[in-house]
Amino acid sequence: MSNTSYPPQTAYAASFMIRKKRISIGILALILFYLSYIFISFDFYNVFREARSDNASILLSDSLSYKTHLTRDNRNNQFSLAIEGEKKGEYIDRDWPRWVSLNDNGNATVILEKNHIISFNGNEVTFSIPGYGDIIAIPSKQGVKTSLPEGEIPSFINLSKNRLNVTTPAGRMSVTKAKTTIFKYDYGWELFFFTLTSDYYGKSFSELLGDVFSSMPRADGRSHASAIFHDFWYNPMWRHGEVAWALLETILMAFLGTFGAAIFAILLAFFAAMNFAPSRILRFLLRRLFDFLRGVDGLIWTIILSRAFGPGPLTGSLAILLTDTGTFGKLFSEALENVDNKQIEGVRSTGSNSLLTNRFGVIPQIMPVLLSQVLYYMESNTRSATVIGAIVGGGIGLLLTQAIITQKDWEEVTYYIVLIILMVILMDTLSGFLRRRLIKGK
Amino acid sequence: MQPKTFGHQIRRSAYFAHLAKRRIYSSIIILVFTMLIISGFIVANDRNAGGFWDGINQLGDFPYEVLSEAGEKFLELPSHLLTYLPALLETIHIAGAATLVGALSGLFLSLLSTRGLAYWPWAIPIFRRMMDIMRAIPEIVIALVLIFVLGGGPIPAMIAIAFHTAGALGKQFSEVNENVDTKPIDGLLSVGAKWFQRMWLGVVPQVSPNYLSYGLMRFEINIRASAILGFVGAGGIGYELRNTMSWGKGKYDEAAAIFILLFLTIVLVDQLSSLVRSRLIGTTG
Repeated sequence: MSNTSYPPQTAYAASFMIRKKRISIGILALILFYLSYIFISFDFYNVFREARSDNASILLSDSLSYKTHLTRDNRNNQFSLAIEGEKKGEYIDRDWPRWVSLNDNGNATVILEKNHIISFNGNEVTFSIPGYGDIIAIPSKQGVKTSLPEGEIPSFINLSKNRLNVTTPAGRMSVTKAKTTIFKYDYGWELFFFTLTSDYYGKSFSELLGDVFSSMPRADGRSHASAIFHDFWYNPMWRHGEVAWALLETILMAFLGTFGAAIFAILLAFFAAMNFAPSRILRFLLRRLFDFLRGVDGLIWTIILSRAFGPGPLTGSLAILLTDTGTFGKLFSEALENVDNKQIEGVRSTGSNSLLTNRFGVIPQIMPVLLSQVLYYMESNTRSATVIGAIVGGGIGLLLTQAIITQKDWEEVTYYIVLIILMVILMDTLSGFLRRRLIKGK
Repeated sequence: MQPKTFGHQIRRSAYFAHLAKRRIYSSIIILVFTMLIISGFIVANDRNAGGFWDGINQLGDFPYEVLSEAGEKFLELPSHLLTYLPALLETIHIAGAATLVGALSGLFLSLLSTRGLAYWPWAIPIFRRMMDIMRAIPEIVIALVLIFVLGGGPIPAMIAIAFHTAGALGKQFSEVNENVDTKPIDGLLSVGAKWFQRMWLGVVPQVSPNYLSYGLMRFEINIRASAILGFVGAGGIGYELRNTMSWGKGKYDEAAAIFILLFLTIVLVDQLSSLVRSRLIGTTG
């Protein structure tokens, strides 16, 4: 018997394997075909060929470095030094760094890396580049008169009648009629802790600790600890306080949206679950309401709500709340349909009314499942709240889009991105920890 | 008789003491939670441009304007639906391609980060952390940075969503992999199969129904994500929606057409995916 059936089985197995192989090759071919269709229709080739590699390099270098602007106003012959060229980063009443030296007759010499030297003499400025020579520029009301070493103009010099630009790895110089500016690049996030107006700028951690525990009070009577905190928190360049508020606002949107939705959904779910619903019509209507809330989607809710409530975190919270009421309503009513009836009957047999039956017969059964789902959504909504914040104008999403739109504060963009990732990982860890506690019991 | 009743009473009082303690704990938790929600809403309300009670009265205004304008130009609606169909298809393609690329990367990431299957067992924690970080980055972050480099359009959105999807699916896939039956893998190993062959022939057939189910769920999520990314400048129907919205009155009929298209797509994909998923893994949901 087994002898006779053996060969057909092998044949069957072989043909089965061939069919399986064909199917899997077919699926792979389909995937490949679809991806190549996308590649062509999205025009990957041209988009990447025309990618702004200059933007990419600005982004990369700017996110890790900062530049200091030394500006000479050619009308009043005054020098000013400012980090990122911003008023907030200006060196006022403070020792200038050693690479700039001002001499008594109002002229300056700048020593950049690799022996690049720039020296001022009245309006005239000389940029000596090792291996190339001296570039001399004289800005005046008529324009910028430039003299270069003999030979062809190299590509790092950009010259016109009214402007001279020299870009070297050690630094950049730009000369116009009105002003001469030197840009020096350095690695790091300057002024991250304190700006130049703070007494604590440039101090090391141990020096700060020494200040905190020193017996010498501050001249203005404040304690060192509170002044250090104040200068850090209200740092006008990095605005740590505002950023912390924005992060909190994003978490708040996610929290209110998720848990608000959970509260509404648990109440509605009892009327939408087959084994609890008092009326079939109501159940049908609620189910369609849940589908509608989910189907309209967060984006459209966000738009509709921001018309009514204006920009801000409340709008974002309500948008998440509405969408998730639909999601949770569906999930919860399904969980209710799967409850064990024995426990309910047990509670009912003691003569309790329907409210108490639900409280002691149903809620304990579904609570761990529901809470773990809600906590799971809490984490994903933290990410959604970042995007929604960008649209409704609230939270860290707003700060991020604003910083990206300026296209120059890439170090701030990097800072926000790092904080967003840390925030999401924190919420993920927290929600995972609580879910594990819930499932284990205690 | 006496001691037995006594012991029973001890147990009874201990039980009630325990119950009372638990009730106090849960009351405290509920109280703190309620206060957090209420104060949270108050803070959110204070920091919002418009207040809650003003807003709730105006809630119907915008949908009314949109609907009435769409009603006035009712006959133009079908042509608007046709006009925005390509943009809708772009949104769907962004989600589809991103899900596919993300799932393929997630497949490898998950195989590389599951104990017993990994090619380099010492690298499991590295791939796990990698997936955690990929999952944690919201799509908008990558999309906005890529828009700056590549310009607006579907590609930044696709890459951003694919990146996040790879992390998210990678984690779900590796949870599936943990429960895989290792006998087929051992069998393949005994006949000298290479790592790729062991995975492809021993693991993938076991897990593919669950993978497909998670993939479909992710596709549904990604359609929503690709619509919302469009609104911040990454192409597709979201981008068209933002343009009609910033035009304001006069183009609300077109906005209505986009709302309808988006709503129908999401509901359709939602229903289809839950149907297929219940077939695949035999559960509702």
